[in-house]
Amino acid sequence: MLTVTPHHFLILAFLLVGIGFLGLLVRRNVLLMLMSLELMLNGINVALLTFSKVGNNLDGGIFVFFIMTVAAAEVAVGLALLVALYKKRNSVLSDDMAYLKN
Amino acid sequence: MNAVDLLFWIFAVLTVGGGICMVFSKNPVTAAMFMIISLVGVAALFVLLDSFFLAVLQVLVYAGAVMVLFLFIIMLLDVGPDVAKQKITNWRFGILGILLSSLLVVVLISLGFPSDFSGANNPSWPVLSDAISSGSESLLFSTKVSAFGYGLMTKYMLPIQIAGFMLLISMVGVIILSKKVARGEDV
Repeated sequence: MLTVTPHHFLILAFLLVGIGFLGLLVRRNVLLMLMSLELMLNGINVALLTFSKVGNNLDGGIFVFFIMTVAAAEVAVGLALLVALYKKRNSVLSDDMAYLKN
Repeated sequence: MNAVDLLFWIFAVLTVGGGICMVFSKNPVTAAMFMIISLVGVAALFVLLDSFFLAVLQVLVYAGAVMVLFLFIIMLLDVGPDVAKQKITNWRFGILGILLSSLLVVVLISLGFPSDFSGANNPSWPVLSDAISSGSESLLFSTKVSAFGYGLMTKYMLPIQIAGFMLLISMVGVIILSKKVARGEDV
């Protein structure tokens, strides 16, 4: 039986969201920014499942299922966009994608 | 501290450590490998939360499909560890990012716990029942896959159809995006 409290799981989830946010802010490689986004979604998944179990309600678990579906689709489209951009600009760094700026 | 607690701490360290190493690794391939470690750690946490189906799904979808896609694109584009160009911007911006994200974590931890959930009385895990809820009552948490199936086919019938449609749309979008554009033709 688990004696770790739900608080531990929630703090872990928030830490994951924070790390993902940090990666989104400090990395310039768009691939790594997308990966950080996935990490944030994972943190949210952990939090949702914890709430789902504590509240004895399956809705949170089903939401995790939907978030996974959306994340998979999002990654596929994001990577396709990145490949298309790479063909044009020959770079995956976000600094090189400031089309609108100049 | 019992064995299950020890497992929680092991996988918590694996998840958070993998995430931090992912953010700070220079080489994108190394970052993807650390990301896989982190995702498997999250799957193990799902097992500790009694969601075996979601844990399997996590390994299959994230560690399997999504990360393989990432690695495939990294190797297709041949993104090397170009240290000079990919270094974590400048140190001032890096410190600002660390400050902002720790602020986010602090705000989440101080506000993220619902009031009837935190406090002096530590919340405990509920005792699970085997019954799959039926009818109008809310869906009860269950370890069974059939509970998921029941929920998806009744209460979440419309969302799952929308999700399927969204997958179709994203597939069509990816095909159009990665199609070779003929000369003179606009996207």
